[in-house]
Amino acid sequence: MSRFGKVWVRLSENPKRGEPVEIRAMVVHPMESGFRLDNVGHPIPRHIVSTFTCAYGGKDVFRAKLHPAISTNPYFVFYVVATQSADLLFTWTDDRGEVATHNVRLEVA
Amino acid sequence: MANGAPPLRPGRRRALRAIAAGACLLVARPSTGTPDEVAAALRETFGDRPITPGRIKLEIPRLAENGNIVPVTITVESPMSEQDYVKSIHLFAERNPLPRVLDVELGPHNGRARVATRIRLAVSQQVRAVTVMSDGTLWTTAADVEVTVGGCDP
Repeated sequence: MSRFGKVWVRLSENPKRGEPVEIRAMVVHPMESGFRLDNVGHPIPRHIVSTFTCAYGGKDVFRAKLHPAISTNPYFVFYVVATQSADLLFTWTDDRGEVATHNVRLEVA
Repeated sequence: MANGAPPLRPGRRRALRAIAAGACLLVARPSTGTPDEVAAALRETFGDRPITPGRIKLEIPRLAENGNIVPVTITVESPMSEQDYVKSIHLFAERNPLPRVLDVELGPHNGRARVATRIRLAVSQQVRAVTVMSDGTLWTTAADVEVTVGGCDP
């Protein structure tokens, strides 16, 4: 069962051509570290988001490899130079092969 | 006074909380890592290339109340041009059960070499960031973080 929940993405307002846009992205996911025990003392199996990528106009512009030390509901802030009006495609993949995607249009004046 | 019980002192509450936190650590905390493991992870990732202090800034609270959510921002001094840019940023926590925290790939299309996220820290420890530049040089910085309530589940 997919443990991915809601996706939340924000871009800085009024992007200018040739200048970096701030991107904030979060997805709901337990990021179960594999080090916790349940209430009868059995280890809870690891279940984490292992990769997060952002593609801009079809080209990867941000790639992150996550380890169990990333907090629940992984959140990232990063920058991309606004070169053209194009789609930003966000992709989260967890260590069980489940995928969450989200699409945001970046309009450059 | 009929009531002979001593007044509740805040110290008692604090002591109880400390005991609870200690029990939590005893029960659920796996063995923490050591600085040697970070050294091993660095060697595994970067080989024997020299790593120089500087050019990278790590913003992280000196005192983190909740080890489960510690905000961290990494900024690298770089023009982020086609000739001179940041290739990757790596984050390590020396006393977490797994020292690797995050690996990020960047390029000139990012414009600014700045990444922020939220991490887990099991105990008070040193957090280290390393960056790889387009010319192949490696730069590093580290910050000490005091953790009040450890991420029992880093």
